[in-house]
Amino acid sequence: MYGMGLIKGLGVTLKHFVETYVDDLRWIVRGRYYNEEALIIRQGKDARGVFTVQYPEEKLSVPEEFRYIPLLVYEENPDGTRTDRCTSCGICAKVCPPQCIWIVRSNDPDTGKPIPAPSEFYIDIDICMSCGLCAEFCPFDAIKMDHVYELASYDRSSGHIFNKERLSKPVSYYAEIRPQNYAQEEAARAEKEAAKAARKKKD
Amino acid sequence: MTEQETKQLQDTLEERFPGALTRDERQGYEGYIVQAAKLVETAKSLRDDMDYDYLSSVTGVDYLPDDKMEVVYHLFKSSGGPALVLKVQTPRENSVVPSLISIYPGADFQEREAWDLMGIRFEGHPDLRRILLWDGFHGHPLRKDWREPFFEVEGKPFKSRWPQGEVSRVEDTNPFGKNVHYPSEFTPEGWTPAGDDAVYSSLAKVERGNGNNSQEIETDKIVVNLGPQHPSTHGVFRMVVTLDGEEIVGLKPVVGYLHRNHEKIGERNTYLMNMPFTDRLDYICSMSNNFGYALAVEKLMGIKPPERAEYIRVIMAELTRIVNHMMAIGFLLNDLGAFFTPMLYAINERELILDIFEAVSGSRMMCNYFRFGGVVRDLDDDILERIKGLANERLPRKIDELDLYLSENEIIKTRSIGVGVLTTEQALASSAAGPVLRASGVPFDIRRTDPYSIYDRFDFDVAVRYNGDVYDRYLIRLDEIRQSLRILQQAVESIPAGEIQTGKSQYQARVPAGEAYGRVEGPKGELGFYVVSNGKPNPWRYHVRAPSFINLTPLEEMCKGQKIADVVAILGSIDIVLGEVDR
Repeated sequence: MYGMGLIKGLGVTLKHFVETYVDDLRWIVRGRYYNEEALIIRQGKDARGVFTVQYPEEKLSVPEEFRYIPLLVYEENPDGTRTDRCTSCGICAKVCPPQCIWIVRSNDPDTGKPIPAPSEFYIDIDICMSCGLCAEFCPFDAIKMDHVYELASYDRSSGHIFNKERLSKPVSYYAEIRPQNYAQEEAARAEKEAAKAARKKKD
Repeated sequence: MTEQETKQLQDTLEERFPGALTRDERQGYEGYIVQAAKLVETAKSLRDDMDYDYLSSVTGVDYLPDDKMEVVYHLFKSSGGPALVLKVQTPRENSVVPSLISIYPGADFQEREAWDLMGIRFEGHPDLRRILLWDGFHGHPLRKDWREPFFEVEGKPFKSRWPQGEVSRVEDTNPFGKNVHYPSEFTPEGWTPAGDDAVYSSLAKVERGNGNNSQEIETDKIVVNLGPQHPSTHGVFRMVVTLDGEEIVGLKPVVGYLHRNHEKIGERNTYLMNMPFTDRLDYICSMSNNFGYALAVEKLMGIKPPERAEYIRVIMAELTRIVNHMMAIGFLLNDLGAFFTPMLYAINERELILDIFEAVSGSRMMCNYFRFGGVVRDLDDDILERIKGLANERLPRKIDELDLYLSENEIIKTRSIGVGVLTTEQALASSAAGPVLRASGVPFDIRRTDPYSIYDRFDFDVAVRYNGDVYDRYLIRLDEIRQSLRILQQAVESIPAGEIQTGKSQYQARVPAGEAYGRVEGPKGELGFYVVSNGKPNPWRYHVRAPSFINLTPLEEMCKGQKIADVVAILGSIDIVLGEVDR
């Protein structure tokens, strides 16, 4: 019969339509919206029914590897001061593809010699491509990719060059957003410390 | 090619073309240098007698220190095999090279691009106008002595960023309105734009259409602009169409609205910095673009990635193919009038794959995942489980559902069978690639004819269709998704454990001098990267053989005789992405 293909196709659409209601019924006890466990199943391989995520009331949890704008990591000392991990080596500025990182190396106030700490650190987030090369090649685990993506503002000209203060976040925050990476880096660091200690003991 | 095969080929060539060819003896280079005067007859003989019937890439290279312009041609046999590289060298000023358009019509757009960006004239080209830049542009940007208005240093990294970085906003150092330099005698007030006369005048030579109108009623031919702002042109793409009533008698594509001079930026970047830029070429299939570029530079460096990295690369490339074909089918159906429903069903599945890309590489579309010698991050077991779940259970079921939904639909069949036919000869001659070529009856798939990476280990079929119309181009994409699922199922089963990168990851890749052409069977066709290195950290020449750009060459032939409403469907079936067309 002419039109059978159309009708079979419309059957598929009807199935999707009915599925949305059936799926709501399936979830009626646990609650289909606004809870994290349901969201994981609704966006996984067994997803049926309406696929939409009700943003901003529901937000998809961001995977660990997600990269947006960089952040600078600082260690929190017991007495409350901060130590930047960044030594202003400049590798991130050299490897950045659109060259959006500006670093000013600081000098020791007494001797005038350069010391491994940045006095100024700027990233222009309008230019940043979020490629992650800076975080990949930093030898001191000082610059990492952040997860914050809600950075919209009303004025582009004033707020979009992030200075060191705006970029710096504590190690605890980094451990929270990237737990696996943090664990691997701490393990590598501990190993290096153990090897150094063993070498020192030998001498 | 093995040494023996190369010698055999060289002997045959020297026997057939005495005096016209010499081997390219530069360190790291391959191919033959042809004299400009003998180029056309050599190419004709190569096409007719030696079966090199597929011209893949035509590009120009500016060798400023040697005062030479070189045009590089990559020829392939449609039956398979490695490339035959021909080069023609001319002086830099007033370089003239005979055009190959009479032998390989697919050289059309590429020669116009070489004229536009490098200033090489092609004698015999019927319509040598600028293609990617506007017609009043001054200069040829890819020449080595041309500097862009925001020029800082010949090659990145810039010294102004460290150790005394003076931060400033781009708008302040390079203000809009003052950031273009004009030639000295040019005044914007005194210049009257030629407008589109060049495009319209080339359309005026069109004969009258064959519609009934011509016998009974006096009709006029109208020139209609489709685009660049148009919901169905897949981006900022413009077509200038001459209509006789409803029937198309001439069509000229106008591109360049998204031109970012990616190749010049590529010359300023270092090799590693180019990797995230390649994501932005064909922005839907970023993993494939990364793959092609990584292959090209790995050829230059002479390294190969370890086994696990190869499997991961294949998995990512095939997932990308599925992503792209889902988008293509969705957008084609959107263009055909099935407003958004098939697209949303297809994009549902794409979302699941993009979630995998996000978990693996950090970003849904701009993945920046491949490196020279491997990939940047390893696949966790739970991500592998997710890919298995998709490839074994969900995607096959959803493809069958999409097939049931769409393929027998009477409206689709009426609108797409017999529309936009591209014959086999036309497809090969116009250097069409990918699904467009295979839907016209040529079973040419780089993964089979010239296998790269580990594709020779997988059991899959090359999808072919024989009618070359819009319906076949839709069906072949479904076929290719099914074959990709086959490869995926095999790859996730047999992926070994191991390293994911050869050597230590370094940000200053040491690339020896030479040239390399690395190509992949991207979802849209043959995506090739031609990289020339002179040993420095920045590439000397970086060219992208963009499949969408070259697949647009036969657009006019496909559309002639069709109705205006079919243009959008035909364009949708070619599946272009403007990021790749314009670079």
